[in-house]
Amino acid sequence: MEFSSLYVKEGRAINKAKGSLLVAESIPGVRFNEIVDVQLASGEVKSGQAIDISKEAIVVQVFGGVSEVDLIGSRIRYKGETLRLPVSMDILGRVFNGMGDPIEGGPRVIPEEYLDINGEPINPAMRQPPAEFIETGISAIDGLNALVRGQKLPIFSASGLPHNRIVAQLIRQATVKGREEAFALVFGAIGVSYDDASFFMRNLERTGALERTVAFINTASDAVIERISTPRLALTAAEYLAWRHNMHVLVILTDMTNYCEALRELSSMREEIPSRRGYPGYMYTDLATMYERAGMISGREGSVTIMPILTMPDDDITHPIPDLTGYITEGQIVLSRNLERKGVYPPIDVFLSLSRMMKEGIGPGKTREDHNNVFMQSYAAYAEGSYLREISTIIGAEALSERDNIYLRNADEFETKFIAQGEWEKRTVEETLDIGWRLFSALPQEDLKLIKEDFIKKYLPERQE
Amino acid sequence: MGKIWRVSGPLIIADDMKGSQVYEVVEIGEEGLVGEIVGLEGDRAVIQAHEDTLGLRTGEVVTGTGMILSVELGPGLVGSIYDGLQKSLLTLGEQIGPFIRRGVKATPLPRDKKWQFTPRVKEGDAVGQGDIIGVVPETELIEHRIMVPPGIRGTVKEIRKGDHTVEEPIAWVAQNGDVKELTLLQRWPVRKPRPYKERFDPAGLLTTGMRILDYMFPLALGGRASIPGGFGTGKTVALQQLARWAQTHLNIYVGCGERGNEMADVLSSFRELKDPNTGRLLQEKEIFLANTSNMPVVAREASIFVGVTMAEYFRDMGYDVLLVADSTSRWAEAMREMSGRLEEMPGEEGFPAYMGSRLSSFYERAGMVECLGNPGRQGSVTVAGAVSPPGADFSEPVTQNTLRIVDALYALEVTLANKRHFPAISWLTSYSLYVDAVKDWWNERDPGWEDTRAGALKVLQQEAELEEIVRLVGPEALPEDDKLLLLVARMIREDFLQQSAYHEVDTYCMPAKAGLMLKTIMKFYDLAREMLDAGAGIETIRSSPMVYRISRMKDIPNEEFEQRAKELWSEMEENLTTGKRGS
Ligand SMILES: Nc1ncnc2c1ncn2[C@@H]1O[C@H](COP(=O)(O)OP(=O)(O)OP(=O)(O)O)[C@@H](O)[C@H]1O
Ligand SMILES: [Mg+2]
Repeated sequence: MEFSSLYVKEGRAINKAKGSLLVAESIPGVRFNEIVDVQLASGEVKSGQAIDISKEAIVVQVFGGVSEVDLIGSRIRYKGETLRLPVSMDILGRVFNGMGDPIEGGPRVIPEEYLDINGEPINPAMRQPPAEFIETGISAIDGLNALVRGQKLPIFSASGLPHNRIVAQLIRQATVKGREEAFALVFGAIGVSYDDASFFMRNLERTGALERTVAFINTASDAVIERISTPRLALTAAEYLAWRHNMHVLVILTDMTNYCEALRELSSMREEIPSRRGYPGYMYTDLATMYERAGMISGREGSVTIMPILTMPDDDITHPIPDLTGYITEGQIVLSRNLERKGVYPPIDVFLSLSRMMKEGIGPGKTREDHNNVFMQSYAAYAEGSYLREISTIIGAEALSERDNIYLRNADEFETKFIAQGEWEKRTVEETLDIGWRLFSALPQEDLKLIKEDFIKKYLPERQE
Repeated sequence: MGKIWRVSGPLIIADDMKGSQVYEVVEIGEEGLVGEIVGLEGDRAVIQAHEDTLGLRTGEVVTGTGMILSVELGPGLVGSIYDGLQKSLLTLGEQIGPFIRRGVKATPLPRDKKWQFTPRVKEGDAVGQGDIIGVVPETELIEHRIMVPPGIRGTVKEIRKGDHTVEEPIAWVAQNGDVKELTLLQRWPVRKPRPYKERFDPAGLLTTGMRILDYMFPLALGGRASIPGGFGTGKTVALQQLARWAQTHLNIYVGCGERGNEMADVLSSFRELKDPNTGRLLQEKEIFLANTSNMPVVAREASIFVGVTMAEYFRDMGYDVLLVADSTSRWAEAMREMSGRLEEMPGEEGFPAYMGSRLSSFYERAGMVECLGNPGRQGSVTVAGAVSPPGADFSEPVTQNTLRIVDALYALEVTLANKRHFPAISWLTSYSLYVDAVKDWWNERDPGWEDTRAGALKVLQQEAELEEIVRLVGPEALPEDDKLLLLVARMIREDFLQQSAYHEVDTYCMPAKAGLMLKTIMKFYDLAREMLDAGAGIETIRSSPMVYRISRMKDIPNEEFEQRAKELWSEMEENLTTGKRGS
C-alpha cells in the first residue's frame, strides 16, 4: 500500500492504551477512519486507524500485535488518507502482499492512479442484469448450478475437501461461448497456508494464466490485520481492470473463513457487543460491501465475477460464516464429505448448492432449449431417489416397489455418471445435458412431467436396459 | 449552525445545535451528507448519518434544515427507482455515472416535466382535507388524484386546468381571509401515519396468482404478512411474484439491504412483463426503492418508511396498494448497529428493546380505510415483509417479534427448497388468519372453496402423520387406502402447490383455475376411493393415464382451463370407472 500524501499531522499525548486501542488527545483535522502511523517507544512503527474521533479524544486501533506497554509514550502521525491501492495495467502478472506491496522481488508499480480500497457502491439502477453463461466444463455446475458473468458464487467447503482442485479445474476450463475477450484473474489468498497459495500459483503458471493474473497473498504467518485489507485490495484491482479497461475479471478469494475470524478478533478488541457466536453484528454488511462489488454495468464492457472459497467450521452450514455468506451471494456450491467418501469427484452436493443467476444464463441461444427442464427433472428424480435411499437403509430395497427401485438406482447413477467426472475432463454443456437425458431414459416416461412434451420427443433416447 | 464534535461510524455528535428538534434532517460537513437528529442533550445533537461518514473531521459544519425526514408526493412517483432517501437513482446515474457518491442530491420528482391537470372541482366550491380537486393521468394504469393537503379548508378561488410542473400553483383556496396555493407536489413526514376517516378489518382476497396463497393461505386486502426463510429458500422470488402479479392498483417494492443484481433483475423484468389483466407494462403500476446491502446502513430504515408513506398516499386516493419489503431483517440489523453505537441497553441478541415496537410501527400502517375527503372512497395498504433468520432458525428475535404483529405467515422451509419444491412454503406451519375475511369473496366465485381447501389440507396433514410409519415399514407395507392417500397427497404437493415462478404459463394462476385444479385432484381422489372399495388394486390407479394428465394441468393457459377441465373430468369419470368395472 502506498500513500499519496505526505504526513500531515503529528500528535503525541497518549492518555490510555487498552488492548490494541490507543486513546490520544484530540487534534483538529483528523479524519474519521484515516490511516495513521504509530511510532512505539522502541522506535518501531506500526500502522493503525482512527476509528472514533471527537474533540475530546481520538481512538486509534493499532494493527499487528502490540502490547499495552509498547503503546505508552508512542507517537502518532496522521496522514489524512484512507487506504489506497496504486494501480496501472502493470499490476497484471504481479504478486502483492496484504498491504499491496510487491513480494516477488519485482519493481514497484508506477501508478496511473490511487484507488480507495473500499470502492464505491454500484448504483443498482445502473446495473446490467448478469446473463452470460460461463461454461466451466463441470456438469454439476453447468447443468444444475450455472455460473454467469457478474455473479458472486462462493464455494462452501470443509477441511480436507478438494475445493482447491475444483477451483483450479474451473480456472483451467472456464470459457464464455463464442467469445474471445480480455479476461483477467485476480487471486486473493487470505490467511492460507503457504502450500495452498503456491498450489494456485503453480497451477496458474502451468496453464500460462499467470500473466493475466494479479495476486494478493496474505499467508497464515502474515499479520492478521492484513486479512481485512487483502480481499479489498483484490477487488479494487478487479474493478480497475473491469471498469477502466473493459476486462472480464474473475476474482477468487480463499479462505474467507480466515477473513471472518480476523474481523471477529478486531471487533472483540474494540469491545463491541458481539452477535451470534462472537461475530460482529455488522458482519453481513461488511461482507456485502465486498461481494456486492461483483456485477456488470449497463453500457460498459467488463464484468467482475467473484468466487470466494470458505471452509465451514465443523461442516456446519448454519454457522454464521457460511450462513451470512449465503444471505449475500447469489447461491453457493456446497461440497459434501459424503460424496467425497464415496469417491465422487467433484463432490458437489447438488441439493444444498444453488445458483440464483442460472435462469438468466441458460436456455435457447445461451445453452440449449431443454436446459431448464433437464435441470428441474434431474432434481426431482434425484430427490426422490435420495429419499428412497434413506428409507431403504431401514427396510431394505426389497421392500420397495419396482418403480421405487428404479429411482434408487437412478440416484446412484446420477452421482457416478452425472456429478462425477475427471479432474481433467471438460464437458460441453450439451454433453452434460445429454447425460441427463440418458438417465431419464431409465425412468417411467409418464414421470417426466417437468419436461415439455416436445423436448421429450426430441431428446429422450431409446430406453436403456 | 453546529459543528461536528464526534464521529463514530454512522453516529455523529454535533455541538452548537441549539434550536434543533429531534428527527430534524441536517446536512453534515462540506459535502452536505444527509443526517437525522435522534437525540438532543443541551445544545448537543446526536445524529445518525444516512450516508457514509468516512473521512469526516471534527469541526466541520452541521446545518439544520428545519424539516423532518419527509417524502415528496405527487405525479412522477410511478415507475421511479429511488434509494432509501428517495433520491432518484436514474437521475443520479445521469449526473455522476454508475457509482454512487455521497452528498450528491437528486430530486425525487422531476421539476421540469409538465403534467396534464384536469380539475374535478370549480371555483366557489368548498373543499377540505383529502378532497380530490383534480386528476393527472400519470400512467395508463394510474390516475393520480390530487388531494387537498391536511390543514386546508376553504373555498376554491381559482383552479387551473392545463399542463403544470409539480411546483407550479394549480389552485388557490381562500381560508379565513388567507389564500393558500396548492401544487401537484406535497410533502409528508415519513414516520407519521397519514390520517383517514375510518379503519376497517381487512376484507376481500388480494389475488396474487400464487395458488398456495390464494387458495390455501389467503392474504386479504389491507392485511399484513411475513415471509421468513433461510437463505435461498425463495423470499425474494415470492415477493417479486407478489409485486408482479398482485391484482392491486399499485405495488411498491422495497429492496432493503439486499442484492444489487436482484434489483437490476426486478427493474428489467418490470420493463418487459405485462399485467395479466390490463396488458400494460408492469412498471406503470410500480414504485421501486433500492437501498442495497452495500449502501448506507442507516438509510435502510428510511427506505421502509419512505415506501409505506408512498403506499398510504396512493391508498388515500382510493387505491389498493401492496408494499413488499425485502428484507426487514436488514433493517433490524441496522437498528442493532445504531443502538450499539448509542450505547443503549441491548436486548435479545443485541437488538434494541424497541425493535418490536419499531417493526410494528411499520406493519401497523397496513390496513383498509375509508379515506378522508370527497368523493367518498376506500383504499388499502397490504404489507408483506421478508425475514431472514440466522441459520434459518425461526426462534430468533426478528422472526418472533414479527409473528406477533402479522396475521399471515408464509414459512419457507430449507428442506423443501433443497428439493426444489417451490414455492418452498410449508403447508404444515404456514397460516392465514384472513380465511374468514376472504370467505365471501371466494364463496361468490367458488362455492365449495372452504370444503375443498379443508379437504386438501387434511390429506396433507395425514400424509405427514403417515410419514413416520413409512420410514419404519416402507410405503408398500401400508394398507391400500393409505397408499392412495399418499398418491393424492403427492399430487396435491407436486401438481397443485408447486408452482414455478419461471414457467411461462404457471407463473400466474388465476384463482378460478386454482380452484378447478384442486377440485380435479380431489375428484380423482373420490373416484379412486370408489375404485378401491370396488376391489381395484392401487397399481391400477397409480398407472392410470389420468395421473399424468392431471400433472400437466399447470401447462394449460388460464383462459382455456375451464373448458379443458370439463374434458378432463369426463375422461376421469370414464377412465376411473372403467378401471373399476375392469377389475
Ligand atoms: N417460486 C419459485 N419458482 C422457481 N424457483 C424458485 C421459486 N422460488 C425460489 N426459487 C429458486 O430459489 C432461488 C432462491 O430464491 P430467493 O432468491 O428468492 O431466496 P431468498 O429466500 O430471497 O434468499 P436470501 O435470503 O439469500 O435472499 C431462486 O434463485 C430460484 O432459483
Ligand atoms: Mg432474497
